[in-house]
Amino acid sequence: ASTLVLAEHEGGSIKAQSLSAVVAANSLSQDNPISLLLAGSGSSLHQAAEKAATCHPSISQVLVADSEKFAYPLAEPWAKLIQLVQLKGDYSHVIATSDSFGKNILPRAAALLDVSPVTDVVDINGPRQFISSPLQVEYYTPHAHFSYIPDTGIRYGYQENGQALHQKYFGVRSMSTNWPIYAGNALCTVRYTGANPCMLTVRSTSFPVPPISVDSKSGGASISEVDLSTLDEDSVGKSRFMKLSSQDTGRPDLGSAKIVVTGGRALKSAENFKMIEKLAEKLGAAVGATRAAVDAGFVPNDLQVGQTGKIVAPELYMAFGVSGAIQHLAGMKDSKIIVAVNKDSDAPIFQVADYGLVGDLFEVIPELLEKLPEKK
Amino acid sequence: MKIMVAVKRVVDYAVKIRIKPDKSGVETQNVKMSMNPFCEIALEEALKIKESGLAKEVVAVTMGPSNCVDTLRTGLAMGADRGIHVEAARDLVPLSVAKVLKKLVEVENPGLLILGNRAIDDDCNQTGQMIAALLGWPQGTFASKVVLDKEKQVATVDREVDGGLETLCLDLPAVITTDLRLNQPRYATLPNIMKAKSKPIKKYTPEELNVEIKSDLEVVQVTEPPKRKAGVILSSVDELIDKLKNEAHVI
Repeated sequence: ASTLVLAEHEGGSIKAQSLSAVVAANSLSQDNPISLLLAGSGSSLHQAAEKAATCHPSISQVLVADSEKFAYPLAEPWAKLIQLVQLKGDYSHVIATSDSFGKNILPRAAALLDVSPVTDVVDINGPRQFISSPLQVEYYTPHAHFSYIPDTGIRYGYQENGQALHQKYFGVRSMSTNWPIYAGNALCTVRYTGANPCMLTVRSTSFPVPPISVDSKSGGASISEVDLSTLDEDSVGKSRFMKLSSQDTGRPDLGSAKIVVTGGRALKSAENFKMIEKLAEKLGAAVGATRAAVDAGFVPNDLQVGQTGKIVAPELYMAFGVSGAIQHLAGMKDSKIIVAVNKDSDAPIFQVADYGLVGDLFEVIPELLEKLPEKK
Repeated sequence: MKIMVAVKRVVDYAVKIRIKPDKSGVETQNVKMSMNPFCEIALEEALKIKESGLAKEVVAVTMGPSNCVDTLRTGLAMGADRGIHVEAARDLVPLSVAKVLKKLVEVENPGLLILGNRAIDDDCNQTGQMIAALLGWPQGTFASKVVLDKEKQVATVDREVDGGLETLCLDLPAVITTDLRLNQPRYATLPNIMKAKSKPIKKYTPEELNVEIKSDLEVVQVTEPPKRKAGVILSSVDELIDKLKNEAHVI
């Protein structure tokens, strides 16, 4: 066995979630040399490669693809690169994280290699058996707000009148009818029976990176350049990166923050949402939002926590005015401590909260702002 | 320009379905099926482009057993000009769907292929990327805005990515997969539902298209994840701060 991990880098370092993919690769089998593939151009790429070589003892090789073609994370050249590297290295597994980078690129590469990838893996039972994510998608109609769990057909949600939609199900081979209403989602165990490589995207929050002692590294992995002279240019250049609009708020990154403060639709307006931001600043926390809050235009889409947004697992998760739609719970229920503040004592968020407070967030947040100790 | 849209038939959300007593499966008789919500958004976007004069024809494609024609009829009632049904006995993995689509693209020559970013029954999020790879076309996945330029033959696509909104410029022909914020799909009106009955649907089989259907994934089981147990309801902000400080030690 040997595994190729697709890594992302930023500012001369490999991203934390890429290390999670290494942890996942490491759990496939004992004897499993890991090659890390980094692509980009310029000095920050080589800096990242140097760091990657010593960042995890299981990495035996760092492959560097240096070309202007990889300056942006475009699927077209990246998929060709993976194909090229796979044909040379004949890896048994190819792993990426299931973030917007991995989900965009890995299936494209899989089609070039004529194999079926497994999306959103949360656990590995052996080299060919994986537990795929809680499968679910959130969907809105003008009248209802509900979540849907594909493969199981279970849906859960609220209608505008507050009435809960009951769960439905279909296509499940063995499942009791006593499906949990609030915490319910499904884990699907799949076996890969196809040819090499077996391709996976993994949830980074499901494969936490343990602290790695600096002493354990003995010289680190070898770094080698990928020979790009045979890179198939077909379809490369047909897509061009124009821009990335993101707001640099100076707050910690949502995916890796120790504390996350989230607001839901109950905040009512973008103006009111600033209260959440203030509270986050006081706690040194990242700001999150529900899909409803993003759709209502209170905050940009990159703050969305949930199945169709970001999956987070901080030490402390504070949810204000969040009902707890199943797709939202899927994005935060691995948090260590969950605090929920909601007017509605029946809100499903209370089913997963360690500490619940039934009350008006417009009273609770100002009181918290006043009484919470200053961070740092 | 012609736009091809792939639509998938899935169980409708409003239907209450029962598991068979022997747990061998689910009662599927008399169950209402509908178009996958992401596919509805894909079709809506194609229709909007046609209405703006940038496309001449919208062709809806589906794959599966004969009853998938119902989903095609829905698409035709929404406004698609004609349908293509590829009859397949069982569920197809995304790679097989992509291979069938590739053959259809070779027959139809569309200038744009729009799909939902995923279907709500298997949540794979793969088909669009795969068909783009097989065709050698550029891809714009998770689109929340699409602007076509007919003269330059390009599509400018805003994509919802982890870091915010990414804007790409794609040479046509291209593959676009839709995210939920792209548009609000229309309802089919009664006159259009009547009209849809006479719109043409062409049938193929995978064999006719020379595609071998296989699967390299096997579902072992579907289980319930560990449940998180509910905690305590507190009575005041002071109590909350106290618990966070002295019990949970997180602030």
